[in-house]
Amino acid sequence: MSAISELTKGDALPEITFEITRADLVAYAAASGDQNPIHQDEEIALAVGLPGVIAHGMYTLALVGRALGEWAPGAEVVELGSKFVAPVVVPATGAARVTVTGTVGERTDDLLALALVVTSDGTKVLGAPRATIRG
Amino acid sequence: MPIDASLVGRGFPPTQPYPVTTDAVVAFATSVGGSYDVAAGLPPTFPIVVTFAALQDFLATEQVELSRIVHGDQRFRYERPVVIGDVLTTALTVTGVRTIGGNDIVSTSSEILDASGSLVCTATATLVHRGDAA
Repeated sequence: MSAISELTKGDALPEITFEITRADLVAYAAASGDQNPIHQDEEIALAVGLPGVIAHGMYTLALVGRALGEWAPGAEVVELGSKFVAPVVVPATGAARVTVTGTVGERTDDLLALALVVTSDGTKVLGAPRATIRG
Repeated sequence: MPIDASLVGRGFPPTQPYPVTTDAVVAFATSVGGSYDVAAGLPPTFPIVVTFAALQDFLATEQVELSRIVHGDQRFRYERPVVIGDVLTTALTVTGVRTIGGNDIVSTSSEILDASGSLVCTATATLVHRGDAA
């Protein structure tokens, strides 16, 4: 029996907290191709009206991807998405913390919907984050 | 420059074919603090590498500065998992433009295709072009 088939509607998905540092953002920029300076350069971020260097929205969504791998190892992800509703500000020293949790939703055939909650410092940073996995 | 509604429906040329390599996937997975495990497959957000290339082509064509763009939303719908060895291309289509509070909100859709032209993943995104601070 796979871990996925044991997930039942209404189950709470255990909370996982990740840390993001400026060095992570530099590595992610290189790996993803997204060299937008608002994710690396405080001066530019402030100049365009942001509160500081912010994580790529896709970095935070990638952390959701990691959480899916923890909750349902090996599950095929068939849909993943969210709105980016608040920035994750990453300090020059130390790290920002992002917490991912959620609830198991409907199962339709072999597809399982997951409704997620993604916060940083108690603020929701992703809007309506949802994933559908197969298994 | 502002992004205007005349772009709606416009398709942009396909990106250069992108070969998915183990090195690129490992770099992507480790940059978000994870690891690449062959059995578990690729990080589900990996196709952003391909759609971001399409976005950069779009911004260059429209002469929009990347630093003025923030990501509004992103969604991926997969027909099949991306695998090492795939050669992927995509073409971006602008599906909507609206202006809210001095910011242009651009909706896009990108179909990610493999070397045979089969659909692998549909990526939809909203990009917020931040206007000059008043």
